[in-house]
Amino acid sequence: MKKQNQKAWFFVLPVLLLVAFNALIPMMTVVNYSVQETFGNNLFFWQGLDWFENILRSERFHAALGRQFLFTGLILLIEVPLGVIVALSMPRKGFWVSICLVTMALPMLIPWNVVGAMWNIFTLPDIGLVGYFMNHVVGIDYNMTQDPFAAWVTVIVMDVWHWTSLVVLLSYAGLVSIPEAYYQAAKIDGASNWAVFRHIQLPKMKSVLTIAILLRFMDSFNIYTEPFVLTGGGPGNSTTLLSIDLVKIALGQFDLGPAAAMSLIYFAITLLVSWLFYTLMTKDNTN
Amino acid sequence: MRKRSIIPLLYILFLMLPIYWLVAMSFKTTGEILSGFSLFPQTWTLDNYKVIFTDPTWYWGYINSIAYVSINTVISIIVALPAAYAFSRYSFLGDKHLFFWLLTNRMAPAAVFALPFFQLYSAVGLFDTHLAVALAHCLFNIPLAVWILEGFMKGIPKELDETAFVDGYSFPRFFVQIFIPTIKAGVGVAAFFCFMFSWVELLLAKTLTAVAAKPIAATMTKTASSAGYELGLLAAAGTLTIIPGAIVIYFVRNYIARGFAMGRV
Repeated sequence: MKKQNQKAWFFVLPVLLLVAFNALIPMMTVVNYSVQETFGNNLFFWQGLDWFENILRSERFHAALGRQFLFTGLILLIEVPLGVIVALSMPRKGFWVSICLVTMALPMLIPWNVVGAMWNIFTLPDIGLVGYFMNHVVGIDYNMTQDPFAAWVTVIVMDVWHWTSLVVLLSYAGLVSIPEAYYQAAKIDGASNWAVFRHIQLPKMKSVLTIAILLRFMDSFNIYTEPFVLTGGGPGNSTTLLSIDLVKIALGQFDLGPAAAMSLIYFAITLLVSWLFYTLMTKDNTN
Repeated sequence: MRKRSIIPLLYILFLMLPIYWLVAMSFKTTGEILSGFSLFPQTWTLDNYKVIFTDPTWYWGYINSIAYVSINTVISIIVALPAAYAFSRYSFLGDKHLFFWLLTNRMAPAAVFALPFFQLYSAVGLFDTHLAVALAHCLFNIPLAVWILEGFMKGIPKELDETAFVDGYSFPRFFVQIFIPTIKAGVGVAAFFCFMFSWVELLLAKTLTAVAAKPIAATMTKTASSAGYELGLLAAAGTLTIIPGAIVIYFVRNYIARGFAMGRV
């Protein structure tokens, strides 16, 4: 049992102040915008909750939200199983472990706009590696800037490329913490590979997988830079995810009120889903 | 065993392909890139790199980025250490809520907070300084650092603290001389993740800077639009942004897998 000690708050205070400075003041500014109308020149008029109502009814928002959920759902469905499979088949010790970890972590360390630019030149129809291969070797007509389906596939593959390693690293961390004795016991019992996975490896990976899924959900739901640099939200609006739409409204049209209301709704959705997930996944641990 | 190792191999191959393409392109001339497809550079050139290393707007971008990333990493770790200690050792009023609140700061869409951040940092007179970007990045890096460090600290038995106090150590002396060295692997991992997320973030960094502290990634986006489409130059600049991360990851490679293994949740 942990010691009850209210003085612990002093230890937390610097963190609290720094994060609050960055979180609360901008958040209040956004709340402020969300209930007002502005025509520039720092003139603001009270608008009440109209923006919220408009946004919740707007088809444009529904469409962007739908695309956002589709995107996040798809990348989670691909990245989590793929990450677990790669982690399971990685060597446990020796020289190759370092090589694997270093090379796998590399995509995560590239600035996000470079990731977008990199995939852009990688998929250019006639001079990019993938673009050339698809069009001239496989013979599929592939042009990301014109075909919405190709654009979607490219954005998804880019995210899989970028972030699956996070799931791999976390799952791997869970796997190496399993004592060798567990495997020996399973061998004596004649357990199949599947049984070992289901009853030994998966339970041990549960907590790290929770973190992985939570992080991937939060980050992919807020994704902006990479798809923006890669497709610019196009062709048409086909890859305009929620935050891309938001920036279009906020900075493109300078509609601060609607953009602020939209971001609060957006934030609330992210918070709700994360909280639900967090509570569901941690419920078993406390009981 | 041999059959299994094909999966990581294929996966790594998939990861390396786009990186190879970027690096290969950085050694091509713009003319060669635009004239057609070539798997290897036909005429190797270092011109793209020469431009970056001789033009101050380019190389200052790297210096600026490294400056604010380093400041951010140092601040994040210093404030996260005592907080993580408090979360791992004591229970106090509202600790669970506080912890979840810290995590929620990763969820705010940065795209929208860009404008309020700009106003906030202009108001306190920090606009276009390295410190502004470093402080802004604390928003998502401090919660992560607290989370990772707390995981490592939970793995250290409480007897260590108690023995030290019995031996007459004051708390600050115990913390600095005994406790921090004990969890130095955790500090390394936390620092790595702070470095990583600060290094790759662009939106806030771009919003909070103009000239004096402009990050490399922003220099790249400017070039992409103003100088036409200089793909070779862009590829060279991109290649160079991978190097600092690669160096850092090499140093923490043995700890990185352990980083989250003991984590909370």
